[in-house]
Amino acid sequence: MEPSPHTATSNPPVAATNTNLTERDLVRRSASTVPPPARQLEPVAKLIDVSKCIGCKACQSACIEWNDTHPAIETNTGVYDNPHDLTPDMFTLMRFTEWDNPQTGNLEWLIRKDGCMHCEDPGCLKACPAPGAIVQYSNGIVDFVHENCIGCGYCIKGCPFNIPRISKVDHTAYKCTLCSDRVAVGQGPACAKACPTHAITFGTKDDMKKLADSRIEDLKSRGYDNAGLYDPPGVGGTHVMYVLHHNDQPEIYANLPKDPKVSPVVNAWKGMAKYLGFAALGLAAAAGVLHSALVSPNRVTREDEEKAEDLVKEKT
Amino acid sequence: MAQTSIEKEDAIHPGNPVVVDRYNRAARANHWITAISLILLALSGLAFFHPSLFFLTGLFGGGQNARALHPWIGVVLFFSFAGLFIRFWRANLPEKADRDWLAHAGDMIKGDEEKVPPVGRYNPIQKFNFWAMSLLIIALIVTGLAIWDQYFFDWTTIPQKRVAVLVHSLTAIALICIWIAHVYAAIWARGTLRAMTRGSVTGGWAWKHHRLWLKELAERHKVKKPATPAE
Repeated sequence: MEPSPHTATSNPPVAATNTNLTERDLVRRSASTVPPPARQLEPVAKLIDVSKCIGCKACQSACIEWNDTHPAIETNTGVYDNPHDLTPDMFTLMRFTEWDNPQTGNLEWLIRKDGCMHCEDPGCLKACPAPGAIVQYSNGIVDFVHENCIGCGYCIKGCPFNIPRISKVDHTAYKCTLCSDRVAVGQGPACAKACPTHAITFGTKDDMKKLADSRIEDLKSRGYDNAGLYDPPGVGGTHVMYVLHHNDQPEIYANLPKDPKVSPVVNAWKGMAKYLGFAALGLAAAAGVLHSALVSPNRVTREDEEKAEDLVKEKT
Repeated sequence: MAQTSIEKEDAIHPGNPVVVDRYNRAARANHWITAISLILLALSGLAFFHPSLFFLTGLFGGGQNARALHPWIGVVLFFSFAGLFIRFWRANLPEKADRDWLAHAGDMIKGDEEKVPPVGRYNPIQKFNFWAMSLLIIALIVTGLAIWDQYFFDWTTIPQKRVAVLVHSLTAIALICIWIAHVYAAIWARGTLRAMTRGSVTGGWAWKHHRLWLKELAERHKVKKPATPAE
C-alpha cells in the first residue's frame, strides 16, 4: 500500500513536491466507470475529538484561508454558530449545542465541527448525474470537480448529512475537500493544522482509530461511560470521524444522525427507477414496432370519402 | 347526437373530397409549442436520468445550460398545455358512445375499424391520452418546482426533494410512453397528421374515425359555402 501522510502537524517539505493524487487513483467517478486503480493508497481520516474542542473557530478561519473563500459577513442569529449554516463559501462550521445532561445535571457545551464526512459509500456521488463531477480517491477522499458540475443539486438529495451547497455565483456544488490538494503533497488538512488543542488530527484511518481508542479510554476513565468513535457503518464508515463523549446519542451534537444511510428513496431513484424507466420506454417503442409490423396502416378508403360526400350532400 | 362535442372552428367544406376543419391556427400553434417543449424536456430530462444519455446535454450547450433551461422549458410547457386543456377539456369529457367504442377498442388496435361503433370528436383512447397528459403534467410541474433548487430551494425539505425527484422521473417516463403512443397513433392512422399541420382532415377520415362528429357537424349545418372561383 502506498503511504499516506501520517500527521497534520509536521511541517511540509520546502522542496517542490509532485501531486500524489491523480486520475489514476480514482476508485469511483460519478455517472461513469473508472478502471481499477493501479495502486491502493492508504486510507486516510480526519479525527475530530469533540471533547477537546474549545470552539475557537481556528479551523473555520484556516479553511477560509486555504480555500480562499469569502463568506459573507452575517448577523448574529442568537447562537455562536457563525455563519448561520454551511454555505458555498464555508465548508466547515462549528455547531454549538447547550445540553442539559439529565444524569449529572451539568450543562454541557457540545461543539461539533460540521462538514463533509467523506463517506466510504458516498450518497452524493451516487446521486450525481454529471460524469466526473464527484470523484472518490483510493485514500477515501470524496472530491467535487467543479468544471464537471452542472449545479443540479442531486448531491444534496443524495447526502445523508446535508453537506453540499450550491453556489449562486458559479452554480456548482461546494463542500469540504478534506484538503485533497494539501494531502496530495503530503500535508494534512488546513483545519487540522490550525487546531490549537489538537482536537482535529489527520493521518491514516488506522492511526486515527488507534488515537481515538486512547482518547475513548481516557474519557471513560473520567466518567464518560458512553464515549466512543463515530464512524457510521451505514455509509461504509467515514473518512472524517468524531470522538464523542456521548456516542450513544449523537443527535445531541446538533443533530448528528445516529445511523446515517443513503436514503432508500435515493436508492430507488438511482436503482429501480432506472431499470423500470428504460424497460417502460423500451416496451412502448417495441409495442410500436410490433404493431406496425403486424397491423397495416389504417388508411381511409375511397368508399369512406364517398360516404362522407353523400352525407354532406344529404344534409345541405 | 347532442352529446358529441364539437368545437367552434370545426366546419365542413363540401367538395371532392369533403374537407373538414378540425384545428384552427391558434390550436395548432398551441399544440406545436407544447410538442416542441415536450421534446426538449424529454431530451434534457433523459440526460439527467441516466449517465448513458448525459451526452444529450450537448444539444443544449452543456450540462450547466441543460440544467438551467430544463425547468424554464417546463414552465413554457405547463402554460402551453394549460392552453390546450382550456381549449379541449370539454371535447374530452366521457360520452355515451365511448362505452360501446371501448368494448371494441381491441378491434381498433387490430385494424378492424369496421367492427368499431362510431364515436365523436375524440375516441376514448384519445381521451385517455388527454387526461393522462393533464395529470402527469400537473405532477411534473409540482415535483419540478420542488427540485428547482435555483429559485425554490427553501420551499421544500431535503426528504421531500428526494421523493419529488423520484416521482418526477417516473412521471416523466410515463409521459414519454404515452407520447410515443400518441405519435405512433397519429402516424398509423393515415391522414391524421394533416389535422395538426393544415388544420383539416378529409371527410373520409372523419367518416371512418369520428363519424358522430362529422354527422353532428352536418346536422348542425356547420358547412362552409364552397369557395366560388374568382369572376
